Amino acid sequence: MFKDTEHLIRLAAVMVIALVAFVLLRAAVVPHSFGQYGHYRGDAIAEAAARPIAHAGHEVCEACHTDVADQKKLGKHVVVACEACHGAQAKHADDPASIKPSKLDTAVLCARCHEANSAKPKGFPQVVTADHAGGLACDTCHQPHRPRIEETGDAKAKPATEAKK
Amino acid sequence: MDITRRRLLILLPAAAVAWKFVQAGTPEAAPNYKLTEHWWAMLVDIPKCIGCGSCVRACSEENDVPEGYFRTWIERYHLSDWKIERPEVESPDGGKQGFPPNEISAGKDFFVPKLCNHCADSPCTQVCPVGATFVTPDGVVLVDKSYCLGCRYCVQACPYGCRFINPKTNTAEKCSLCYHRITKGLTTACCEVCPTGARQLADLKNPKDPIHEFLKTHTVQVLKPHMATGAKVFYNGMDGSVR
Repeated sequence: MFKDTEHLIRLAAVMVIALVAFVLLRAAVVPHSFGQYGHYRGDAIAEAAARPIAHAGHEVCEACHTDVADQKKLGKHVVVACEACHGAQAKHADDPASIKPSKLDTAVLCARCHEANSAKPKGFPQVVTADHAGGLACDTCHQPHRPRIEETGDAKAKPATEAKK
Repeated sequence: MDITRRRLLILLPAAAVAWKFVQAGTPEAAPNYKLTEHWWAMLVDIPKCIGCGSCVRACSEENDVPEGYFRTWIERYHLSDWKIERPEVESPDGGKQGFPPNEISAGKDFFVPKLCNHCADSPCTQVCPVGATFVTPDGVVLVDKSYCLGCRYCVQACPYGCRFINPKTNTAEKCSLCYHRITKGLTTACCEVCPTGARQLADLKNPKDPIHEFLKTHTVQVLKPHMATGAKVFYNGMDGSVR
């Protein structure tokens, strides 16, 4: 038999203790879902999905505001979702009584889409607002939910520079 | 309490059920959503984009993006007639408040909305040293905020410049394709508010998705195809000058 077997046993004991310590530490430090789907924490997927939403979506808006939805159906703005102009309204949808959307400024909002710009598609209705409205707010003549003046019938006169489309 | 054979037999199944929950981790936010049944992509129809910036504003609000940083943004390209290879690109405040009228009108102008391409073989996930960023089984590139070290490798690796370091958390951030919305059956915030339908969320694993017909009938490109990233944001009508 080997003369100094005791040395080997001690060495083996140290290695076993180190191995056990490593395994225990690893189990404590590495999240349990790491590697569930790949080299990442599997729980991170559910965490990303669990965040609250800010935009309610136009279907939710239309469930209550049926009058506006019916108005929109008659005009070209039917394709424009409510929150494109009104901003994120999930909080309002959750608590319609106490959280009210703020009033909008048509002079800013309409121009964002309809201000003439050479980079916009040629078929898209565009105006130079300074020439077109002469400082008047857009909703003086146009009803934003159904913007064509002939259709609404409540406008006094059709401005001469109105872009036709 | 003595553990008799009878009691052990009663306890074992209960322990097995409990262990299943331990293994499953946190329950899914959307119980009917199956990770393996989706493969998310996006379609961007350049001839429809009017550069209004609705998508950028909606994204900022939906995802609480810090001021001056963008998960999605709009670029305006200007091509002079004789410099087709050298486009002039601008993106004032990411296009958040729209674009001022062009000063030079001769040539070709158009808008290009940009966002994370949710690459199937994404360079950013390949370089992450800790596994803080990953491609989910449904094809979305996400960042695990609690695992990210903020080492910025991924920011350098993304060929599309879609990542940034959030100055508040000091971790990498990017478009999540509104993962919290699409897993609940909603569309992304940018697609929701796009007034012209220039952006459309697409599920490539859904045979009924209109994307399949669109891809068959249109000339569609991805950005930087030579990088072989497996980009999944498809651009229709994209000019060759777009980088």
